Amino acid sequence: MTETLYGISAEVNGTVRAGQVVARTSLVDWLREHLHLTGTHVGCEHGVCGACSVMFDGEPVRSCLMYAVQANGHRVTTVEGLQRPDGQLSVLQDSFCETHALQCGYCTPGMLIAAQALLDANPRPTEHEIREAISGNLCRCTGYQQIVEAIALAAQRMGEDAT
Amino acid sequence: MGHAASPSGFRYIGAKRRTKEDPRFVTGRGRYAADVALPGLKHVALVASPHASARIVSIRTDAARALRGIHYVLTGEEFCATTDSLPIGVDAPKVRRWSLAHERVRYAGEWVAAVVADSRALAEDAAELVEVEYEPLPPILDPEQAMVDGSPLVHPAYGSNVILHRNFVWGPVDDQFAAADHQLEFRAVWSRSATVPIETFAVVGQWNPGTEILDIWASIQMPKFPDQTANALRLPGNAVRVHYDIDVGGSYGVKRGLKHTVLVGYLAKRLGMPVRLVEDRLENMRGGDMHGPDRLFDMKVAFDRDGTIRALKIRAVDNVGAYAGRAPFQLGKPVSAICGPYLIPAIAYEPVAVLTNKTPQEAVRGFGQAPTNFALERTMDRVAQFLNMDRVALRKTNLIRKEQFPYTIPSGSTYDSGDYHTVLDKALAAIDYPALQRRRDAARQAGRLAGIGIATCLEPSGGNSAFEPLLNSKNQTTTWMDSCLVRVDLSGSITGIMGTSSSGQGHETLVSTVIGEILERDPMDIRVVHADSLNALPSNSPVGSRMAIMLGGAAAGAARKIKDALIAIAAHNFECAKEDIAYRDGNASLKGVPEKVLTWGQLVEIAHRKFHAMPPDIEPGLQAKFVWEVPTGGGLPTPDGRIQIYPCYAFEAHIVYVEIDPATAAPTIKQYICGHDCGVMINPDIVHGMTYGGIAHGIGAALYEKFTYDDNGQLTSGTFMDYLIPSALEVPPIRIVDHCTPSPLTTFGQKGSGEAGYLGAPAAVANAVNDALALLGVELNELPLSHLAIFETLCKTTLNKRAPNKRPT
Repeated sequence: MTETLYGISAEVNGTVRAGQVVARTSLVDWLREHLHLTGTHVGCEHGVCGACSVMFDGEPVRSCLMYAVQANGHRVTTVEGLQRPDGQLSVLQDSFCETHALQCGYCTPGMLIAAQALLDANPRPTEHEIREAISGNLCRCTGYQQIVEAIALAAQRMGEDAT
Repeated sequence: MGHAASPSGFRYIGAKRRTKEDPRFVTGRGRYAADVALPGLKHVALVASPHASARIVSIRTDAARALRGIHYVLTGEEFCATTDSLPIGVDAPKVRRWSLAHERVRYAGEWVAAVVADSRALAEDAAELVEVEYEPLPPILDPEQAMVDGSPLVHPAYGSNVILHRNFVWGPVDDQFAAADHQLEFRAVWSRSATVPIETFAVVGQWNPGTEILDIWASIQMPKFPDQTANALRLPGNAVRVHYDIDVGGSYGVKRGLKHTVLVGYLAKRLGMPVRLVEDRLENMRGGDMHGPDRLFDMKVAFDRDGTIRALKIRAVDNVGAYAGRAPFQLGKPVSAICGPYLIPAIAYEPVAVLTNKTPQEAVRGFGQAPTNFALERTMDRVAQFLNMDRVALRKTNLIRKEQFPYTIPSGSTYDSGDYHTVLDKALAAIDYPALQRRRDAARQAGRLAGIGIATCLEPSGGNSAFEPLLNSKNQTTTWMDSCLVRVDLSGSITGIMGTSSSGQGHETLVSTVIGEILERDPMDIRVVHADSLNALPSNSPVGSRMAIMLGGAAAGAARKIKDALIAIAAHNFECAKEDIAYRDGNASLKGVPEKVLTWGQLVEIAHRKFHAMPPDIEPGLQAKFVWEVPTGGGLPTPDGRIQIYPCYAFEAHIVYVEIDPATAAPTIKQYICGHDCGVMINPDIVHGMTYGGIAHGIGAALYEKFTYDDNGQLTSGTFMDYLIPSALEVPPIRIVDHCTPSPLTTFGQKGSGEAGYLGAPAAVANAVNDALALLGVELNELPLSHLAIFETLCKTTLNKRAPNKRPT
């Protein structure tokens, strides 16, 4: 039995990437195993932990719950695409370093995606809005406290930059 | 930003400083075991037992082997004949265990066969075609039933389900019980949960027939892992090379995938192909062998009417599951703090470990101390309730006082230092305890169920395995060293080399901070690398909250040797005594003659290039290692079972306020404060982070998390939909109040804190829920105090109230 290969093409972190996948290949497997973008992590493969979160046309999605073929013609941003064009850390990434918003780093890429999506939609979130926005991303190291602090700090810094 | 002055007279230690590790993680550049991509990599899928107990009648693999892209199907028959069984901690050699079951399965999810294929998907396809015929046997799941004669035996060759049973009596327990004004007894139950890291266990193995070395990349946190892998594979220790530069995606004790690694190592060598095994979530939850304690406590306490606790009798029965490993030792570590932070002069302790047809356990954060603290703190609250005494006052009556340190407890461990009353007072002041009481009382008057929980607990730290000889007289392990190598290269750059992997504890920050402190060089310029097991110095890995003490101490010791060498070089060149050299910022000058100086660069150049300018007793090239034993370690237990276990004892005082919605029974944590004293903090952000995380984990154990089984022994909480890890909405904002009582035993006064928070949070939350339920005259002593458990309790009490003779008007 040979599985049929499908050609796909998607804009990943600003670059068009093309490939051949079997239908059952998940989006996260395509990113990790085919494109070697191993910053996106696999935690539960049933859509609960959020470690595999990526931006899909600007919205956060669970890449373990999507097929790679569904990304055909769409825009995907992973943690590797969050830095500034000059390679510097984004305000959010830098804020995570400032408050030590991580320990083992495994949930961090998904947490950054969820936080970036929040800040894109709501530049001045309350603490409760921050907690709600990351409540679909499980972290076992931090108890979330320094993550909430990092996101609030990033919002404050971005607000200062904008004024 | 990111740096602020150290408050304690240190240059770098204790200051707000960014970590060395965070930048690679926020950019997606961590390198975890599942990220290791090797040419020709093959993938493993597992065939798991659907039965909790069964005889394997036959295994047919023809259909699986016939699939395209399948390289091998391995069963227990071949594997058990060609590898050795995995080590067991207690004295029960007939409880044997391999990566794959042979002839019999002992829990649902146990691995029966492994398939190797070109992709994980193909391997899973083939795994479904492996046909296993089973003859189901009745499972035994309850530990008390399992102890009864005639119950099904999990390991018939062993002849009993009881794998450990001891009776320790420290002090005049019966006399104290006879003399006490009062006695109480009750049962407390700690249900089976675990640390459940977001990364499952992953391992990649590659055999090189040219060098005859098996390379292993694994998400590992485990002492003696390379040796035990080699032993099981019947290889010499120097044929297994474990790469410790792999980032581990969380562990908190459980990442000990020895059975995974032996299996992958065997397949990689057998097939001559690199092989990878990554658990999926169900495999992790059901067959990853990473569950934690599953323990019931029968507590008896003797006390006087003024609140003085005279004695305790503790019987702890742990359901360790189908195989043993090191897990039964989790009944041993609590001996190091068996009376908690209290002056209790006499204690009887009866630990029992029982085999059942549940998933085997592994080391979980605190190694049995958190359940014990939960039982102790429920005891304190029950005594206070019995005496109608304030819970804070009761604790203050019994807490060891500052002037009593060092203090030796009945079971033989000496607590190094502490100031428990002050830490508790600071926590009470920070939360404004009278105001908190008013808030609770107002909520109650408004018809809500509200409660305050208090827990004052110890964190033994400095990971020492002295409980091994205590619980197994054939095991005389007393060495529990760690080490560090410091190099200064010709460019003057400093590198610290450590011999274990990290799972989020910030060891690179720890080592660089300590080396920078001693050598007076900027830690941000100091690189720290993780060696592999063939070129590493000995380590016992970051277990038992040991690395700030042990790795920090080793890095300091090695850096001091470097500093001594630099001073000796300067003294030799200035033709003066070493005592006449002033060392500052890495430069060495003649005291009183500041212009007579050898700079860091010049000293390094002499050490590397100018042998003619070197003192005769200093080795050329600048590198130094330091290996040391745990402070106070090295002793064997006395005949009556007294032993110094861990060296350092940190203290935590939790105060938590909970409200329970009377309509839905949902508990909500409204306020949380933790007074914490772990001595000198090397990096406060790291210590606070681990403490916040430990509290969140403890909230999970107290309210949400449980590996539940049905009557057939099937795990019914194998996904994150039913095994509930707290999210950012369940974990409240937490305030930590620091206090610092330095340890006299460590290099800088530091204590360990990797298990901080978790050791007291379950007790505090349970006490808060029970304070709320006390209004209804009910009590819950079985964790987790789940929404459902509270709901059922409320329904019962409501029904009682509605009984005809009690019908409200």
